[in-house]
Amino acid sequence: MAHQKFAYAPAPESRAIVDLAPSYGLFIDGEFAEAADGRVFKSVSPSSEEVLAEVARAGEADVDRAVRAARKAFGTWSALPGAERGKYLFRIARILQERSRELAVLESLDNGKPIRETRDVDLPLVAAHFFYYAGWADKLAYAGYGPDPRPLGVAGQVIPWNFPLLMLAWKIAPALAAGNTVVLKPAETTPLSALFFADVCRQAGLPRGVVNILTGYGDAGAALVAHEGVDKVAFTGSTEVGKAIARTVAGTGKKVTLELGGKAANIVFDDAPIDQAVEGIVNGIFFNQGHVCCAGSRLLVQESVQDEVLDALKRRMETLRVGDPLDKNTDIGAINSAEQLARITALAEAGEAEGAERWAPACELPESGYWFAPTLFTGVTQAHRIAREEIFGPVLSVLTFRTPAEAVEKANNTPYGLSAGIWTEKGSRILSMASKLRAGVVWANTFNKFDPTSPFGGYKESGYGREGGRHGLEAYLAAADVPAGGRGHGEGEGDR
Amino acid sequence: MSSEVVPPSTLLPDVSSSPRALRSYLHGLPGVDAVGLEARAAALGTRSIKTTAKAYAIDLAISMIDLTTLEGADTAGKVRALCAKGVRPDPADRSVPPVAAICVYGDMVAVAKEAVAAAGGTDVHVAAVATAFPSGRAARSVKLADTAEAVAAGADEIDMVIDRGAFLSGRYLDVFEEIQAVKAACTREDGSRAHLKVIFENGELSTYDNIRRCSWLAMLAGADFIKTSTGKVGVNATPANTLVMLEAVRDFRRATGVQIGVKPAGGIRTAKDAVKYLVMVNETLGDDWLSPEWFRFGASSLLNDLLMQRQKLSTGRYSGPDYVTVD
Repeated sequence: MAHQKFAYAPAPESRAIVDLAPSYGLFIDGEFAEAADGRVFKSVSPSSEEVLAEVARAGEADVDRAVRAARKAFGTWSALPGAERGKYLFRIARILQERSRELAVLESLDNGKPIRETRDVDLPLVAAHFFYYAGWADKLAYAGYGPDPRPLGVAGQVIPWNFPLLMLAWKIAPALAAGNTVVLKPAETTPLSALFFADVCRQAGLPRGVVNILTGYGDAGAALVAHEGVDKVAFTGSTEVGKAIARTVAGTGKKVTLELGGKAANIVFDDAPIDQAVEGIVNGIFFNQGHVCCAGSRLLVQESVQDEVLDALKRRMETLRVGDPLDKNTDIGAINSAEQLARITALAEAGEAEGAERWAPACELPESGYWFAPTLFTGVTQAHRIAREEIFGPVLSVLTFRTPAEAVEKANNTPYGLSAGIWTEKGSRILSMASKLRAGVVWANTFNKFDPTSPFGGYKESGYGREGGRHGLEAYLAAADVPAGGRGHGEGEGDR
Repeated sequence: MSSEVVPPSTLLPDVSSSPRALRSYLHGLPGVDAVGLEARAAALGTRSIKTTAKAYAIDLAISMIDLTTLEGADTAGKVRALCAKGVRPDPADRSVPPVAAICVYGDMVAVAKEAVAAAGGTDVHVAAVATAFPSGRAARSVKLADTAEAVAAGADEIDMVIDRGAFLSGRYLDVFEEIQAVKAACTREDGSRAHLKVIFENGELSTYDNIRRCSWLAMLAGADFIKTSTGKVGVNATPANTLVMLEAVRDFRRATGVQIGVKPAGGIRTAKDAVKYLVMVNETLGDDWLSPEWFRFGASSLLNDLLMQRQKLSTGRYSGPDYVTVD
């Protein structure tokens, strides 16, 4: 890229639109407040290591206070007619759209992902989720969970750092539509957009305590999940933490949904539309720096087109623009944290040590911040760590297959089962493959396409439960014959 | 420019040996997924081209224009005015490059050649549409005579249309042979040859698979350039259908070593649109195609918008339509 005739001049999105305060509190019962023990932590921009703001660090006492606030709010909130709850959600959705540029810039600053993605993917989907579930709020009787489904109570929600605001939307929108109240803990490396969302809730006039945001570390998340006032736990993140949560809530009667890791196979047949398949491979693994649980991190390519596909893929990777997340022409931004960078680096080194061949296009990485060049490994076998473990970074492992049966066998040979992709011009093959792949989402001739109307979730160690669509409501509803607030702690009279 | 190059058809000799061979070859090309293609073209359209990059792109776009008038109402006066403008697009600013060519009907070639020369446009070519443009519905003898006359009148470039009826009914070899025949008719008395652009009329070919097949067909038959459309039907150049053709010339060079040019035409009216096409060329083909020798815009009103944007870039303010010349 160094000596191009047509070199793009810097096109930075202005960050002036984001008014960042030096410090932020926890959002409990409609107010921002310091942590009970006064602890704070810093949120840094991963592209520059600049400190963006100081944020309160929630502890057990704060978790207790937030859950009590949510419990108190549950009575009135769940008693509102669905249409009234819908109005609040529609209002939130519109405010999110109005503030989308501000929130997109903020998300790029705090997360490191390119503005092109926050602007064109994250924020439109965030608003779309609120609009979609706003529409369900007064139609719950028609969702297929009985004539009078009830909310569960207080939802404790813990979300990851890869799509901070989008994961918040996936969690909060269905919960509120169904009549639950929530306590949400964003990831420690990306707390800011959730705090701005708290401001959106205030702007929308959402009643106090319906949404509570606790910024903090894993200890706060663990305390939230374990809190006896929580009726429902929703978690998106690593399989390791997911397992710990499942152990914590076992036997408590809390309803749980877990959306965990993945090691998706993106399967390219010899009759695929090659140019679009290459775009799909790139989008599958390099979208959001590969920090995507459903990323197409294993490319399974039919041996007869292996060379053609790899040549085209390498040529395409050479045009990827890595750098400043706020530059409107950036394709790949910063790795979210030093810790994640270390993990990606270690796994890539393991790939080399195990004999796979590493390739990356020539690209200059910025001096400060956390960066990893888009990388692919060829000569990868099922036995390699890079074919089995989730890397959660811009690293693609390329494997080959000879027959459809072999493709299915290899694709399914993983403890995960979140997503898969099929590339072929033959419709019957799409259908037969999709029915055999054990993955929650199977994309045909596309990848990483999201829509609020479509359920999302995994098989096996990728978790259980579905988010999105009508199915996503199930996680927040009890059928009419199950008592609401399931475990008998009052029907939300705020007695706790 | 490429008359000394081995004709591509001899590089893949079996392909055109029979109707069946050509059909199998074209139908064996990878398919095009319309949704993915359009998404890619749209994504490239979101590139933000600013300051120095914009200045470069605007001048490059001007230099790539085939400044066109193809009206029943064309007169010698109109063609002369267009030639003067093509040679010196902005009378107030000599740093503006000339356009690549003036594109007219065959009967205007002599007028255009003279006018271009009179304006001092030594590098500005004259291109003639031929072969019963725009429909292509005439006997082959008429099409060849149309071509030969334009070449004899001094045309540097011939923009022919393919027989879409033959293509859509699957008679690929007929289309192939007609392109070869027209190419032969492009040869001048001194043995040199007018440059041949082959127009597909993508709006009539209708599917992206057809556009990819037609691209390979035309390139194998010896086209120097492949061109999207006549500008005379509802759907002309689009970013997506042009992207298919860019991918085709990229793959063709890889397969044969022969480089072919691309010309989107019709409907590209703004500098912003032109820059989007250049971004597509840049990120699909790279430096090798970023010159008027390998990429052209078939356009008439585009030039004035490019000139206005150029003035805006250098002065910091918009001038308005009265500060660029009408054609």
